Order: sequence, then C-alpha cells, then structure tokens
Amino acid sequence: MIYAGVDVGSSTTKVVLMGQEKNLLGWSVQRSGTDFAAVAEACLKQALRQAGLAVNPKEIKTISTGYGRKNVGYTDGDKTEISCHARGCYYYFPEAITIIDIGGQDNKVIQLDEKGRRINFKMNRKCAAGTGAFLEEMALRLNIPLEDLNDLARQSREAVELGSFCTVFTATEVLEKIRHGKKVADIVKGLFLSVIKRVLEMDLLSEHVVITGGVVAYNPYLKVILEEHLHRPVWVPRYPQLTGAIGAALFARETFTNK
Amino acid sequence: MKEFQSSKLLKKIMADHFLDMDRAAKEGNPKIAWCTSVGPAELLRGMGFLVYFPENHGAMLGATRMATDFIPSTNALGYSPDICSYLTCDIGSYLKKTTPLQKAYGIQSVPKPDVLVYNTNQCRDVKDWFSWYARELKVPLIGVHSFRNIGTITQYEIQDIAEQIKGLIPTLEAVSGRKFDMDRFKETVRLSRDCSRLWRATLETAAAVPSPWTFFDATIHMAPAVVARGTQEAVDYYQTLIPELKQRIADGVAAVDGERHRLYWEGMPIWGKLRPLSELLASLKTCVVASTYCNSWIFDQLDPDEPFESMGRAYTELFIVRDEAYKERYIESCHQLFKFDGILFHDAKTCPNNSNNRYGMPERLAKKLGLSTLTINGDLCDLRCYSEEQAKTQIEAFIEQLEER
Repeated sequence: MIYAGVDVGSSTTKVVLMGQEKNLLGWSVQRSGTDFAAVAEACLKQALRQAGLAVNPKEIKTISTGYGRKNVGYTDGDKTEISCHARGCYYYFPEAITIIDIGGQDNKVIQLDEKGRRINFKMNRKCAAGTGAFLEEMALRLNIPLEDLNDLARQSREAVELGSFCTVFTATEVLEKIRHGKKVADIVKGLFLSVIKRVLEMDLLSEHVVITGGVVAYNPYLKVILEEHLHRPVWVPRYPQLTGAIGAALFARETFTNK
Repeated sequence: MKEFQSSKLLKKIMADHFLDMDRAAKEGNPKIAWCTSVGPAELLRGMGFLVYFPENHGAMLGATRMATDFIPSTNALGYSPDICSYLTCDIGSYLKKTTPLQKAYGIQSVPKPDVLVYNTNQCRDVKDWFSWYARELKVPLIGVHSFRNIGTITQYEIQDIAEQIKGLIPTLEAVSGRKFDMDRFKETVRLSRDCSRLWRATLETAAAVPSPWTFFDATIHMAPAVVARGTQEAVDYYQTLIPELKQRIADGVAAVDGERHRLYWEGMPIWGKLRPLSELLASLKTCVVASTYCNSWIFDQLDPDEPFESMGRAYTELFIVRDEAYKERYIESCHQLFKFDGILFHDAKTCPNNSNNRYGMPERLAKKLGLSTLTINGDLCDLRCYSEEQAKTQIEAFIEQLEER
C-alpha cells in the first residue's frame, strides 16, 4: 500500500508519497494558485513520476490537510494542518517539543508532550505579522527577489530595529530606514528579526524547539536568529516545507493500514 | 439546530413585544423607556413603561448580518471601530433608517424613547451609546454607575446601587406622569425573579449527558429572559420550554447526535455566525453545553420583599463586574455542573469587558481544571474582525486535540 499526504497551503501545495515502512517515495511542490483540486491532482501525478511509480491512484490512501484540505478530490479523509505538522515533526523528533510552523499566511506554535500528544496550540491573530506574507510584502516593497532575502540577511552586521506589529506600518518604517541610508542587508535582517519576535510573543517555548514550514525551508537563516534569541539549538526537520504533508501521510498510514 | 415546539410561542412573545411598543410609540401611551441589557428593567416596568433594549437590537443587527453595513457610518461620525459594535451598528442603523424589525415585524423604525436608562455594569460604552441618542432625540438620560472589578462585595456597594436605583424615580415619575407604586414594583420584581429561576433551570438541563440543547439554541431562547423579564409572559414561556427539554432528556434526544465532546463558551456570541458555528461543532460531535453569556441573565438575588436592595445585589454580583479570581471560581463551578472537556474563549475585538481571555485566564483555567482551552478572534457584530476560515481550522484542530487526550 502507498500512502499520500496532501498539504494544500495558502501559497503552495505539497504532496508526499510514503511506503509501508514510512519511507518517502516521492514528493512534489507547486503553487496553490486558484484551482486547489487541479493543483492537488497535478502534484500527485508529479510525485508519482518522481517516485517512478505507475500505480492506480485508487490504490493510494490519502489524507489531506491545509486550507484547501476539503478541495482534494481523491482524498480519503482530512486533518487540520496543526495536527499534521505536529505528527510530521514528532516523527523526526519523538520527544516533548514546541513546534513553530511559519506558513504563507499564518503561523502556529504547537506544544507536544513526550508521547506526541498535543497539549496546546496557538495561531497568529488575524494579522500578517510574523508570516511568510509579511516577508513577501516587504520583498516587493524593497524590490528584492524573495529568494535573495536569506543571503542578504546573512550578510548583515547590524540589524535595524523595526518596531511595528502591522505589515503596512513596517513598510513605512522600512522607507524611513532607506531614507536614513541604512543598508538593505541590515533592513532585511531586521525583517527576519521581526518575524521571530512575533512568534516568540505567541507562547512560552519548551526546552526543545522545532521550527518548520515553507518560510524556514527557503529562509534557513531564521533558525539561526531564533537560536540566537533562545541561546540554545533549534531543530529543523529534514524537509521543513513537507512536514505537514508527511504528517498527513503518516495519518493515512495509521488510519488505513490493515483496513 | 433541532427545532423546539416552544419556538412558536417564542416568536409570538417577541412579535408582541415589538408590536406593542410600535403601537405605544405612535400613540404616546404607555411611555417607552430604553434600557441597557442588565439595567433596572424591573423598576421601569413596575412604573408602567414598556421597555426596549438596544442591545437586543444590536444582536438582531448582528444575527441578520446587517451590522457590518451600518458600523462604518458611525465610525465616520468619530466613533472608533474598536469600541462596542452594538453601539456602532445600532447608531448606524438609525442613521440609515433601516432595521431588521422592518422585515421581521413590518415595523418601520425602532420605538422612540421617552427616557433612556443605563447601567454601566456592562461597560462605559452603553452610557456613550445612550448619550448619543439623548443628544439626537433630546430625551432625558439617567442611569446607574456600577462598581467594577469587585472581589468581595460589601453592603456599601449594594446599598449604593440600591440608592442609585431609587434616585431614578423622580425623573421616571416626571416622564410617565405617574406616581411610583411600590406594590406594582414588588410584583414586577417577583415576576423577574420567577423568570430568572426558570431561566436557570432551563440552562441547567444542559447538565444532562447528552445535552438536550446547545449554547446556540440558548442564545435564541434567552430572548424572553432578556427583553420580557418582569412579565408573566416570560415566566409562562420557560414553563413551556422546560418540559420540552426534560422530555428530550427522558427520550435520550441529544442536541448533537453522537455527542462526544462538551464545551463551555466564554465571551460574546458571534451573532452573524451562530448557524455555521453550530453546524461545524455538530459535525464534530461537539456540543457547547454552557456559557457565561447566557448565564448572565440569572438574577437569583431578586427578592420582592426587598426590591431595591435585592436589585442592588443582583446587579452587583454579576459576573461581568467581578474580579478575575471570582470569574475563575465561577467557571470552575460551571465545570463541576456541566462537565465540559474544553473551554472556547471568544476574544471579541470590540468588547474587551466581555472577553475574558486577555489576562491569562485560559492558561490558568487549563492548568487548574486540567482541560484544554482555545481562543478564537472575532466580534459580536463586526464581521470584519472575524476570519471564518481561520476560526474553522482552529476549532477543528481543537477537537482533534481533544480526541488525542
């Protein structure tokens, strides 16, 4: 039996294929766009191609997650992304952990006990602060390709202070910093710091912290900044962008094995 | 939501309530008092006024999802989007000359007041709200100023409120042209107490497992306890509803088929989303069995033999004016009775007084009671403050969490 996890997020759709031994067979990531069902289909086909599998999709047991979890035509069930990120992270770090998931439009802090049971979770309020959308907006304002942010932040020697919660107010602050001749790299590091500060305001963190999600996958320097703030190592799962989909696939395996 | 037979009677009571007032407003008799939701309604009714509750109108504007269209008009007058959305939607409704009463009862406008009477026990916003109408309509404005954040209540506070209530009488006599009648007042207090006792009994049927009704049902069926307390009709209504609920318990009829989880709702309802939230939770086999909000119209303290003092006590012992320690003990006692396994806090953007998540209470109660809590962001009326998709995800994730316990 093959199991699939489909994570239809606000920015990207992720599909992973998993074998009976929890081995990853293939995966795919595509922009979610406007037709979630079609993208989920396309992702599945791409993941099957990557895995070199020619199986009838009906022989795959699937759990979907993410904002578009109800739009996946071939799914056999769905779970929230909170549960799936938790399950995916616990698979890599099976102990009591605090998970920080930074997604395209929201972020989450999830507390798990040593058995992987969820104790608590918090999501950001209705605000882009601390999310991928915040960085996307700022990259646009600074006219910098999104993929350049991480290297720029690394080059910074002195991050600028950005105090606002609000994305729009932050953009105004950034303009002020440009006017005062601050280096772009220092501004970008200030933006990264802003993301981390917003997350740290959400909840208390346990000793072992895992950071995951697409934003960290493309901006691994966020992990370094978080470590600097916490004064301890922070863990990142092997495929941070795929963690929700991996969790969904694990749920599919758990739900449909021997059934 | 499963329908109740009693709903027909509820509709008649509400229609009579508004149609009588519409008639009275046109004829100028009896006089009409506007009253805040936990204002001195017993005194007003006991002095012959018909009593209209703008907060009830605010809830109707929210439930019909008209509120969000009207709030901006009041914002433009200088009233912030961050203050009470009952206030902003109700004044906006007045400015736009549109009310849900038109469609529901064929009434063109809300009944014009002869006097405006507030009690600040809900918040300061109610006074600002009524002050706007006092200026606009040139109508007398009187009220009671409550104590807030009270721990142990002393006789001083009760006596002070009782005296403030007595102090309303001269203005009310002048407006109504009638002398205060102690016997009639006492009778109104008795009816209000009887209604209150029955409302408590109605709510407590939800202690049954499975519960025969939900918080969402209760927000509808609480209307007589709010707008008609102090009348025989309200008493009669709950004497009709309670047997129906008891029959459901006897027959094992659950409000939520296959009830697996029981929640407590803390904070204001999200009036424009009652049905989707009710359906979402039902699909998750979850029944919201109790709430501080619906309990807030239980006034056990009312006593016809001591009408002023007992009103002073009832309106001072309210949850909303108490300190955090009292509020936590109160929810703990509800937990013992209703046996819920989680608390859902609604952080209403424009209602800080009735959003009890903001000072660490969810975390303290979770630890103390050994249960899970969730906070969702929203508002009583202003749907601009509510992200339905995010709330749905959070609620589903919360129930998944309860399943893991």
